[in-house]
Amino acid sequence: MNAAIASASHNLAQVLDHPGIWRRSADRQPRVRALSTGWTSLDTRLPGGGWPQGAVSEILFEHDGLGELDLVMPALAALTQEHRRVIFIAPPYQPYAPALAAAGVDLRFLHEIHAGSTEAAWSMEQCLRSGCCGAVVGWLPDIDYRSLRRLQLAAESGDACAMVFRSAEHAAQNSPAALRLKVSNSDEATYVDVLKSRGLLTTTAPLLRMRA
Amino acid sequence: MLWACLRFPGLAFSAAFAATPEAGPSALLDSHARQRLIASANDEARAHGVRRGQSVAAARALCPALEVRPRDRDAEKRLLAELAAWCYQFSGHVSLVPPNALLMEVGASLRLFDGWPILAERVSSGLRDQGHLHTMAATPFASASWVFAATADGMVIPAREGVIRMLGALSLTQSGLPGTAVQALHAMGFRRLDDIFRLPRPELTRRIGRAGVNWLDRIRGQASDTLPAWQPPASFQQKIEFDAELDGSQPLLFPLRRLTRALANLLAARDGGVQRFTLTLEHARGEATRIAVAMAAPQRDADRLFELARTRLERTTLPAPARAIELHADELPVFRPPVRDLFEPVRGDGLDWPTLDERLRARLGDAALRQLMVVNDHRPERASRHGTPSATVSLPRGRRPLWLLPRPLPMRPDPAAVLAGPERIESGWWDGGDTRRDYYIVRTVQGQQAWAYLPPGTLDGWMLHGWFA
Repeated sequence: MNAAIASASHNLAQVLDHPGIWRRSADRQPRVRALSTGWTSLDTRLPGGGWPQGAVSEILFEHDGLGELDLVMPALAALTQEHRRVIFIAPPYQPYAPALAAAGVDLRFLHEIHAGSTEAAWSMEQCLRSGCCGAVVGWLPDIDYRSLRRLQLAAESGDACAMVFRSAEHAAQNSPAALRLKVSNSDEATYVDVLKSRGLLTTTAPLLRMRA
Repeated sequence: MLWACLRFPGLAFSAAFAATPEAGPSALLDSHARQRLIASANDEARAHGVRRGQSVAAARALCPALEVRPRDRDAEKRLLAELAAWCYQFSGHVSLVPPNALLMEVGASLRLFDGWPILAERVSSGLRDQGHLHTMAATPFASASWVFAATADGMVIPAREGVIRMLGALSLTQSGLPGTAVQALHAMGFRRLDDIFRLPRPELTRRIGRAGVNWLDRIRGQASDTLPAWQPPASFQQKIEFDAELDGSQPLLFPLRRLTRALANLLAARDGGVQRFTLTLEHARGEATRIAVAMAAPQRDADRLFELARTRLERTTLPAPARAIELHADELPVFRPPVRDLFEPVRGDGLDWPTLDERLRARLGDAALRQLMVVNDHRPERASRHGTPSATVSLPRGRRPLWLLPRPLPMRPDPAAVLAGPERIESGWWDGGDTRRDYYIVRTVQGQQAWAYLPPGTLDGWMLHGWFA
């Protein structure tokens, strides 16, 4: 009798151990491997404590210059300092070396790829899949669901961190990304809201208040 | 010792038709006493009845579309050396036997390659992949191997007794003896080598000469062969000239593949790699187009070298049709295969950065991939440049935006608030790029943080130069 119960609870424990099942318990963190964002208040509230690794994070921003890049900079800087490659794909402006260096980026491990929209998605997939890039950051304004799905698979296979920047207009669209953040501005402060996140209960409160 | 002999019956043909894939019936010409005769023909030409020894006119009458080309002995020599380079991966002692055979000592390599059958299969399949018709035989004596390669393809005889028994069964015409000696012996009624081996030596010497007897000794292993060992050269240069001018990059791919494969063979022989090479396309009137192909790290794989060269070639617009293509590589550095930790999990495709870099460059072009470097200049436009970054950088004191606009734009509407500034930037009077600006960090109506400037002493005419993204 006791043995049967013990075996049943053992089976249950095995089932609950599955990474796809999230249990709301204080002592157990969900098994999402993540890269610290460098923003403490954001880390504590994201599953795994940062940018999910081997997955696509989508950053939807309303305008240039709200701090959308500041959001990812600490994580990218940390990667380059560990001598892992970070790739910028189709940036909308010229990334400015002095500011990147001031943010702690080791420029030797930062690469920039200029490409048209289809080539950009292709390059991003290649980089993610290769397995030799720490993070791949792409500005892909008109990427569709299927291409995003391909990026998600490529990121999983290459265990790389993918970050896609798009306009906030796409917030209402469906997306296969593991994490979707929206960067917006009101009352002279920038707010980061979570639109979707694997392994996290949705909250209505903004995750982070920047530049206030 | 075990000497393997490789004979390439189609070598002269391949060498002469190196520039273009043989399309349709083709034949090779050789000069015989000022008369040009067909030396060999491909299957299609033979189907029309073209045979060895016919005159060009006779062959043309049988097959009007026949493409004929003279023998190119220099090209044959080069092709044989190229094959020697490829064979060098199987043996440390490779020797050329012009015009169309190679000898290599494989006795010492048998253990490495798990025995003769596997070694022979690797040699054969490698040569088949390169499209070289060949026959092969191996015996302890180099000259005997040479004889058997022509008469008994695939034969391997490890012991002396077997060699002598097999030789005895050969007819005199197959023995490799000089033609005059064979004729003399035929006249005496001898047909097989067996008969000759039984003859007393002084008699034989009197009849067929010292050279003939010496040859008989060599094939039986009673005299030693002197075989100069082939040495891989320290650089690579090979040229293929075309009969007609080739227009556009597409027809150049066939000779290009030959060149890159020859290079890869040499690299395999030298256990080296190549990091940069030059393709030269010669046009009429001594003009030439040079295409430099450089790689992030030394490479040696034939297919990858070809792909790299091909993408560069296709990207180049040729000013005129090409008459010849040349591949030149001066430096053949040591090749180091990428080192991986045995226990490190392979991520994704498991590529290393140089490989990915090349793949991206091949599709997007060299200009698409860049790195950033900090330049010690006060003018914001010049402080960031594409180039090779160094480990240490010196930074400006003020805060700088992550995005810089390619050129400053007038700002509409005016900023809602000034957050910091001004920072006076005044520089460049010495090189004509004179700059005098007051930079501010400002906030726009939409809440964006921007880097904007005003000409000193004014409060109007905001110019947007960057975003604090």
